[in-house]
Amino acid sequence: MELGDTMNRHALSLIDVRKRFGQTKIINGVNLEIVAGERHALIGPNGAGKSTLFNLISGRFPVSSGSIALNGSDITNKEPQVINRLGLSRSFQITNIFPKLSVFENLRCSVLWVLGYRYSFLRRISALRDAKESAERTLEMIGLKDRREKMAGELTYAEQRALEIGITIASGANVILLDEPTAGMSRSETDTAVELISRVTEGKTLLMVEHDMGVVFDLADRISVLVYGEVIASGTPAEIRMSKKVQEAYLGTQIDGDEE
Amino acid sequence: MERVFNKSRLILWGSVALVFALLPLLFPGGFALSMLSQLGIAIIFALSYNMLLGQTGLLSFGHAVYFGLGAFMTAHAINFVEEGAFGLPISFMPLVGGLTGLVFSLFLGFVTTRRPGTPFAMISLGIAEMVAASALMFTTFFGGEGGIVTDRTAGGAVWGVSYGPQVQVYYLIAVWCFISMALMFVITRTPLGQIANAVRDNPERTQFIGYNPTRVRWIMMSLAGFFAGIGGALTTINYEIITAESLGLMASGNVVLMAFIGGIGQFWGPIVGAVLVTFLQSALSNFTQAWLLYFGLLFLLIILFSPGGISSLIAMHGPLWRAGMMKRLMPSYVSALCSGGVTLIGIIGVIELLYRGTLLVGVHVAFTWIVAGFLVLVGAFFLRRAIRSVAQAWEDLSPDLAKWS
Ligand SMILES: Nc1ncnc2c1ncn2[C@@H]1O[C@H](COP(=O)(O)OP(=O)(O)O)[C@@H](O)[C@H]1O
Ligand SMILES: [Mg+2]
Repeated sequence: MELGDTMNRHALSLIDVRKRFGQTKIINGVNLEIVAGERHALIGPNGAGKSTLFNLISGRFPVSSGSIALNGSDITNKEPQVINRLGLSRSFQITNIFPKLSVFENLRCSVLWVLGYRYSFLRRISALRDAKESAERTLEMIGLKDRREKMAGELTYAEQRALEIGITIASGANVILLDEPTAGMSRSETDTAVELISRVTEGKTLLMVEHDMGVVFDLADRISVLVYGEVIASGTPAEIRMSKKVQEAYLGTQIDGDEE
Repeated sequence: MERVFNKSRLILWGSVALVFALLPLLFPGGFALSMLSQLGIAIIFALSYNMLLGQTGLLSFGHAVYFGLGAFMTAHAINFVEEGAFGLPISFMPLVGGLTGLVFSLFLGFVTTRRPGTPFAMISLGIAEMVAASALMFTTFFGGEGGIVTDRTAGGAVWGVSYGPQVQVYYLIAVWCFISMALMFVITRTPLGQIANAVRDNPERTQFIGYNPTRVRWIMMSLAGFFAGIGGALTTINYEIITAESLGLMASGNVVLMAFIGGIGQFWGPIVGAVLVTFLQSALSNFTQAWLLYFGLLFLLIILFSPGGISSLIAMHGPLWRAGMMKRLMPSYVSALCSGGVTLIGIIGVIELLYRGTLLVGVHVAFTWIVAGFLVLVGAFFLRRAIRSVAQAWEDLSPDLAKWS
């Protein structure tokens, strides 16, 4: 398989991606294709390497071997900011925000590059209407409007999770990676988050790690299952539900989705 | 805060300008003028340092390098002008210092900003050491132990300003200090300033919103070097002599103290620190040999009891002030102040006795010892209680304050 083959159809394509930390092999030859415009869930047991795979795709770690393409262009081992500027944005499983900036500032920071303000020190930030409006819009979307001026580090856990998603989607990137966006949320918070995710990823490509099977089967067009650093199955929710291999290797009795 | 210069801010900056303009009229003495000049320079230097520490999260132990190099280059520039090599009025010499600081921080910062945290601190220390060593080796540029001597009046008067009298130098420093302060403040309100804060908070995350944190640090460091260089140039003009001391580790350490004592969390924190430290160093050293000890004590107290510096202590009271709750703290504050004062007098007594009176004996000395010791003990006893009641007063306030905001 050549990278060129997947040019237009695939937002992301991973070819034989491997990663080891020292002697420990964590990702063992992953082949994965994410079709442009689909919502794709990545599931698998704890420690399977899902977050590691996200880190490889987003440039946080270099791959040990293999290649990764975003919208047809090679992004293997590129720096995270380079990959981000090509239109990929990600969230983190462990909340990763700017704790001493206000909620509003967190969101405004997230759109500065995309709007072309780069490293400018010749313009007043408060005069940048587009940045302000964009941040306000995201603020409204993630339901933190009344927390606008609060320091991000002082938010509750659930609010920080919402902000985490906000920072990721604010720039309007067209490929979005969410790592366990609903982890630790209550039922109703989860519902709100899912509603938010499905709204903001409308017409975009979403790759999401998620433990809540209800959410997965609700949201995903396709699902891939990662076990011990290998994708053992990829397909529609129905196909995954039926797959013997998946049931044996991972899902077992949890297929009906009330795990964790 | 929609605009950088809204009305209240304009009033604030206007009053700062007014104070700068009036100070020499209020304090026309020679000592006061030279002190004020020194303060202006220290303010620029400390604020430029906080562009690194407070705004970008870079702990540098070598910021005096850019200050000092700017100062030396200015000294040479003034001498070149005197020889007729080129023409530049003294009033614009700070630009020479600024550009020198900029060029060197661009150059050195490219290397040092690659790693934040401890590596950056260590590398900055290494570079400071290196430059200080070079200063002793390259005597043509640095002038060896004697340094470089200049004559700020050599170029003659421009528009009637000769820079002969110190008051003219003060006003030159005041103008450049004001411009630098305003520019550094404005930079905090730009996309770069905002992203620098983000890099300080969480450099990794900035990469995932499109930014290169190394680049951000590099630009901030270059700008900080520029302003430090302006401060250096003003030093040269002020003293008409510059020695390698000005770029040494002592000078670098001093600005760290200013920033921490004043506080790095507010823009104006380092101004407080610069004023206090410069004042203590110049004034206190006239009165007592033990001034370094007092200075160390002050630093210790601040790091222990108010890690955010004096400015955070002040800023902490902002919400109370607006809510009109200050008076509820007053009783405990007054008792803390009184007992603290007594303790302080006692401590000063002990320290001064140790410094001056160790060889003296006699009834008189013994009596002083007893009084000083007594004051320390009694003061400390009441201070402990006062501190507890301050804490209690704050605790009692917090529910009301939460309701109010
Ligand atoms: N930076 C790292 N260094 C060493 N081992 C790591 C690192 N990151 C992850 N791992 C290991 O890789 C395995 C997979 O982790 P992770 O990708 O977080 O799993 P998942 O997200 O699927 O739960 C774990 O055993 C973890 O300890
Ligand atoms: Mg994970």
